[in-house]
Amino acid sequence: MVAFTLNGRAHTLDVDPQMPLLWAIRDVIGLTGTKFGCGMAQCGACTVHVDGAPVRACQTEIGNIDGASITTIEGISGKVAETVQKVWAELDVPQCGYCQSGQIMSATALLTDTPKPSNDDIDSAMSGNLCRCATYHRIRAAIHEASNRLGG
Amino acid sequence: MLHFRSQTGAAQPTRRHFLIGTAAATAGLTIGYRLAVSSAEAQTATAPQAVNPFQAYVEITPDNKIIIHSSQFEMGQGSYFGIATLVMEELDGDWKQVDVIGAWGPTALYGNLAMGGAFQITGGSTSMTSSWERYRKAGATARAMLVSAAAKQWNVPESEIKVAGGTLTNASGRTVTFGDLAAAAAALPIPANVPLKPRERWTQIGSTTLKRYDSSGKTNGKQDYTIDVKMDGLLTAVMIHPPKFGAQVKRFDASKAKALDGVVDVVQIPRGIAVVGRNMWAALKGRDLTTVEWDESQAEQRGSAELLNEYRKLANGAGAVTARNDGNVAGAFSAGAQTIEAVYEFPYLAHAAIEPLNAVARISEDGRVEVWGGHQMPGLYQAIAAQVAGTTPDKVVLHVMKTGGSFGRRAVADGDLIAEAVSIAKALGPGKPVKVQWTRENDMRGGRYRPAYVHAMKASLDKDGKLVALYDHIVGQSIMDGGPFAMMIKDGIDPTSVEGAANMPYAIPNLKVDLTTVSSKIPVLWWRSVGSTHTAYAVETFVDELAAAAKRDPIDFRLAMLDKHPRHAAVLKLAAEKAGWGTPLPQGRFRGVALHESFSTFVAQVVEITVKNGSDFTVDRVVCAVDCGTAINPDQIRAQMEGGIGFGLGAILQEELTLTGGVVDQQNYDTYTPLRINQMPKVEVHIMASTEPPTGVGEPGVPPIGPAVANALRAATGKTVRQLPILKHLST
Repeated sequence: MVAFTLNGRAHTLDVDPQMPLLWAIRDVIGLTGTKFGCGMAQCGACTVHVDGAPVRACQTEIGNIDGASITTIEGISGKVAETVQKVWAELDVPQCGYCQSGQIMSATALLTDTPKPSNDDIDSAMSGNLCRCATYHRIRAAIHEASNRLGG
Repeated sequence: MLHFRSQTGAAQPTRRHFLIGTAAATAGLTIGYRLAVSSAEAQTATAPQAVNPFQAYVEITPDNKIIIHSSQFEMGQGSYFGIATLVMEELDGDWKQVDVIGAWGPTALYGNLAMGGAFQITGGSTSMTSSWERYRKAGATARAMLVSAAAKQWNVPESEIKVAGGTLTNASGRTVTFGDLAAAAAALPIPANVPLKPRERWTQIGSTTLKRYDSSGKTNGKQDYTIDVKMDGLLTAVMIHPPKFGAQVKRFDASKAKALDGVVDVVQIPRGIAVVGRNMWAALKGRDLTTVEWDESQAEQRGSAELLNEYRKLANGAGAVTARNDGNVAGAFSAGAQTIEAVYEFPYLAHAAIEPLNAVARISEDGRVEVWGGHQMPGLYQAIAAQVAGTTPDKVVLHVMKTGGSFGRRAVADGDLIAEAVSIAKALGPGKPVKVQWTRENDMRGGRYRPAYVHAMKASLDKDGKLVALYDHIVGQSIMDGGPFAMMIKDGIDPTSVEGAANMPYAIPNLKVDLTTVSSKIPVLWWRSVGSTHTAYAVETFVDELAAAAKRDPIDFRLAMLDKHPRHAAVLKLAAEKAGWGTPLPQGRFRGVALHESFSTFVAQVVEITVKNGSDFTVDRVVCAVDCGTAINPDQIRAQMEGGIGFGLGAILQEELTLTGGVVDQQNYDTYTPLRINQMPKVEVHIMASTEPPTGVGEPGVPPIGPAVANALRAATGKTVRQLPILKHLST
């Protein structure tokens, strides 16, 4: 039995403790904004926040998050996240959009910790998030723009 | 993703296309479906009959939503947005009303007009070419019918009615929404020859401020893909495929898997073993406990190194068939003042889409078969689903899902994922809907790669440095062979093997392109920009090298051979000008250029690289000029060029799929490595102003980036990298 908070709501799951958080969120709880891409923390499509830090849900066993607070793309809120989402849409960053939940989770974590990121900061925070459509040019622009709007 | 070139004749849909009716609709498809029924045949198959736009292309709901039914599927390339832009230009709705859904069915309504109209397919960067008149006419006709309905209701002349923002008003201030009038409008006679807006009145087409209508659902997790399909009782299946292509299941033992809580069944289907669970994790655990013994007697046993060795030997000899033969290359070689030879090698490439392949099938008790997926070729997939289910196509219903970028991988002649999903649903029995969800490892090892190729090239310059002869012998597998597309192969030449080389634009008096097609059991497929993924690299680096041998500027050298190709010349000049070609660069920085036409779109790119030491370099800046005719969504043209550059750059720098003893070596993104953000250059896109009909942008951004980077590297090091990927071979 694992108890945790997901997007502000308490959940108790009676599942295999080895089940990755990704499949617990998607298949057991039914929130599908968090995506599956690789299953080995190589692509970042499954990025969620665990106690505020970006984590790859595909490599996080549910048994290890007892008591944690999890936020997914459906639950992010606050000025940073909302600015990131708004700028992302305004700049038409997404193409297919499949990886973008993970991109936004990583970008929000970056801007929360580093309000005025350099290009190198962006590279190191975002290079774990693959985008096969290669929207990287706009991801970079959107992070800088969100930073400006947030007064970073 | 598919090869077909848009042909001007076929690409101009006639009014007749638009009016061909739903009566043509339901001819059942069977496998072995004739793909390329000629355009003429398709048109004579049925008498012209008016199409009500409200029943085929534009649905207006009572609550005033505009739902556009798109013949083209959406995988991020923006076809839904492009088609909506065409409709909205004529309809004068409000974008807040708009949604787009994937339509499928009668080819008379949804057939791809850039490919003759007889087959519904998304590919070959043809969505805008196919839709250009069809969807503008749909919007204009719908608008005219709404105006008629309002005029009738108010008893005023149509000329007094204004349409804007999804409402109709008249001089006396009466107002009604599209939604209020939709039912009345749809019941009216369909007007003939509704005029389209002249170019000077466009407000949507070419707008530089119009944004995609569908971005926000991709920033909040709300957009559903096939992986997200939900329904009561939906099971998840994970596949175990043969480790070698062509192997078959000999026997399997699922007793341990079936004992696991959450595993529902383990079934054998023609494509392998499916482990079915109540969720993905249960299915994955069940997969790990299932053992399979394979019969590999018919399997491919060769590795990619052995295949490339064979290709190299073949490339040394004469070509099996000739795709182009101008003048007399052999004679010109013996007379040339300076002859240069080069052999290029291209590895297999994987699409490696981030959404691993998937499909959902549900067979109901009454025999109805439903399939959710990235239906890139709906008619064919409907036929495949019917055959696999043992029913007739009319019992099959498709649900066209928006799809993670798939770059050609979802247009497969044998409908691999569709067949798997329906096979599993059938094995489970009616009433058990199932999603087959490939893992990344399934996806990487599941075949359908960009084929490996070798190009053996030779060229001669005369004493004045003029390129007088060029020969290219291409060796590789055929993409179209062995399926419904095989009829596109003419005189032994698969056009996807030679496109971009056989039609190179340069005026070279003696020019020959040969092809030797080899076969293997490794399945191959179109991969974003298809033949141009390798031909552009071979031709554009070789021509650049010849310019250097002739001691000519590479842009001047090309322009001198482009008198008859003004659109090529214009993008080349534009890219050069915007990049500051010829201006001094800082120490360690070098430029390279490449020019390529694919899918009737012309693209030139100038790159700047910084070489730190030896093989350590960065690609810093790409200036891209594109002529795709009339620009429908300029910002999306930019987006596709940016994305195409990143996609192509990853491939030429560091992507390679290899096999050892018939087994694919790579399994995940740790060893198959698409571009990441830290490698993405700054990209500037310049769109050529044009009044030509629109052509595609999904693929044409890809081909020039590789040769442009290689040419910059040659400027820096004096050597052309002729084996890809570059980072593996730069130092060798």
